[in-house]
Amino acid sequence: MMSRFSMLCGEVPALGWLLGILASVTAEYVIGEDLSNILGMDKAPVLFGVLMAFKEPLMIPNLLAYAFIIYVFPAVSTGILTRVPANRLAGRLDHLPVIISGLLHISFLYLIIHFWAGMNDYHLIVIKITMISVILTLSMNVINGYMGEFSCSHPGFMAIGAYTTSVMTLVLFTKSRFGAGPILPEAAGPFVFPIVLVIGGLLTSLAALIVAIPSFRTRGDYLAIISLAFTFMIKSIIENMEIIGGARGLGDQPDFSGLTAVFAWTVLCIWVVNNFVTSVPGKAMNAVRDNESAADAMTVNTRKTKITAFMFGAFWAGVAGGLLAHMLRYINPGTFGLQKLAEIFAMVYFGGLNSIYGSIVGAASISLLGEALRPLELYKWIVIPLLLIIVMIKRPTGLMAFMEFNMKKLLRPRDRGKEEGPVG
Amino acid sequence: MVYFFQNFLNALQWGSFYALIALGYSMVYGILMLFNFAHGDVFMTGAYIGLGTALFFTMIFSSGAVSVVPGWIILVLTILSSMALASILGMIIERIGYRPLRNAPRASAAITGLMIGIILETGNLAILGAQRFSFPSIIDTVTWEAGGIFFTNKKILIVAVALFLMAALHVFIKKTKWGMAMRAMSYDPLAVPLMGVSVNIVAPMTFAIGSGLAAAAGVLYSMAYPVLDPMMGVNLGWKAFVAAILGGRGSIMGAALAGFILGFIEIFVAMIFPSTLRDLIAYSIILAILTFRPYGFFGQAHSAQLRL
Repeated sequence: MMSRFSMLCGEVPALGWLLGILASVTAEYVIGEDLSNILGMDKAPVLFGVLMAFKEPLMIPNLLAYAFIIYVFPAVSTGILTRVPANRLAGRLDHLPVIISGLLHISFLYLIIHFWAGMNDYHLIVIKITMISVILTLSMNVINGYMGEFSCSHPGFMAIGAYTTSVMTLVLFTKSRFGAGPILPEAAGPFVFPIVLVIGGLLTSLAALIVAIPSFRTRGDYLAIISLAFTFMIKSIIENMEIIGGARGLGDQPDFSGLTAVFAWTVLCIWVVNNFVTSVPGKAMNAVRDNESAADAMTVNTRKTKITAFMFGAFWAGVAGGLLAHMLRYINPGTFGLQKLAEIFAMVYFGGLNSIYGSIVGAASISLLGEALRPLELYKWIVIPLLLIIVMIKRPTGLMAFMEFNMKKLLRPRDRGKEEGPVG
Repeated sequence: MVYFFQNFLNALQWGSFYALIALGYSMVYGILMLFNFAHGDVFMTGAYIGLGTALFFTMIFSSGAVSVVPGWIILVLTILSSMALASILGMIIERIGYRPLRNAPRASAAITGLMIGIILETGNLAILGAQRFSFPSIIDTVTWEAGGIFFTNKKILIVAVALFLMAALHVFIKKTKWGMAMRAMSYDPLAVPLMGVSVNIVAPMTFAIGSGLAAAAGVLYSMAYPVLDPMMGVNLGWKAFVAAILGGRGSIMGAALAGFILGFIEIFVAMIFPSTLRDLIAYSIILAILTFRPYGFFGQAHSAQLRL
């Protein structure tokens, strides 16, 4: 019975799972409120009921029932029931360029996220923070995982991105402390904001040269110090610049980091980073990591590789910083300190080095865990580090390290007849 | 000039905290080629243990409100007991966070270290709450003046204790059998275990000694700045880490010296420039030093031996 069930589940392609999750989100949307009333809850539990489980342990059976009826049952049953047409469709799409099938899947994913985030504001914030963390983790994985440096400069990169984009949008869209009135109407925001983010990212990459150039001569601990010094210096510079608020911070950014913008940037980031790390310069990074002298002997331009990796990683860190600034709508230099560094490290090393899947899993699990364990208050910061220590001891490079991300493989049909090679 | 000497004394005191903490980083690096990133929080824990033991000893040695033993005995007992307890903590950190990862990529051990540090901070917050404790003033402050410069007995005591501990460490590493084992281990970590010296003894010992020194620094620090706070180890710890690198990895002398140099840089930068620029200028100087001497003052390019 069980094996038959897991075999059926194995036959469901990615499209089927997406449909299934869409079904469960719809189920929550439609009957969530009523069902929670029947089960004796005042309102539908947020974030899969984890928060409520900590507050009222007696409700756990009801919450489990709720989770089963709303999430597990619709997802699994829809997935299994639609597996035949979904496989057929996936098979058709398999012959088309991967971009079409990718776009179809991504729009399904967007629908799911949109519905789930639409249920309440808390979900919206959680999902946006999670997606920004995915960008951050990916960008750090490029430097620390694919490139193998131990760089601590990410909070600094984020700070540069956050502040440059904030200054630009504040100048362009608000009557601000910088004198000029609003130059552009708020309605132009969605079109101008990407340009602002790109400029902010490019400025961040320029600043990354401060860390990248010393990395020609030193590796490991010395680079860690240089990058750490960079983070401290950026923080100190911002604290001393009264025009951008100094230590008091900068607020009232226009609210441009909507769900759509964050989602689009996250997808773009995954796509670009994946293409980058599988390209020739990306493989050169791996070569430099594994053996710099040998890579040099094999005509890899190590300096160019290092500069590219740092600037590329910094660009995305800057974008993430910009998105975060426009989501929180208030930033101060303290946001980008050692605490942030520890958080990003946790995400990167939990998920796994040198892996796109790892970054996504790491960022999502640490930020969702952080939210889910919120009722534990302080003890949250004992549970998460302990978990990470256990992961480090059992799998020193992270949960899903060195796992390649292949869109075509992920989306292909799963029925056994057409299958080639092991499912991975 | 008077102002300069006054600050010189302050810098000496400030530098001795960095030096004592940096020693622990450097010694662990010499043995395991890893940095113990929980070290800053060991310093913090040491200060809190010091608080506890100081309160304990003042309680048992006092009849009514008057203490029956002189303050310096209580201080010595406080420092010694805090060092001993922190050494045990150091060994526990080695056992949990570092021994299972001895052959893993180095970054993984750095992460476990960081996470143990967070656990120590949060554990402290959870147990003692967010209120700040003030360290009891065990000995009365006496101020002397010489040529316009003010000395307090605490300042001199702090510098003296720090220098004494460094000298003791030097003698330990140079003259004792265990010190020899540590030097040998850092010289060749593969051959020494074959000679019957186990890494599983030398590494905990190194952690214990380093943590003991950090705890001593913690008690001394809380004598000078008597308000304790669970996050106090973060900034000091990272800066001491910078000092350890600046001195050259694994170099005991270098770490101590660089600790003092860092203290001097910070105090004198704050003397000349506005104090908000302190970090910026201090780190710029450090970057400049590392540009010209990329392996620190006493470091060598391809070795990280424990050197004296």
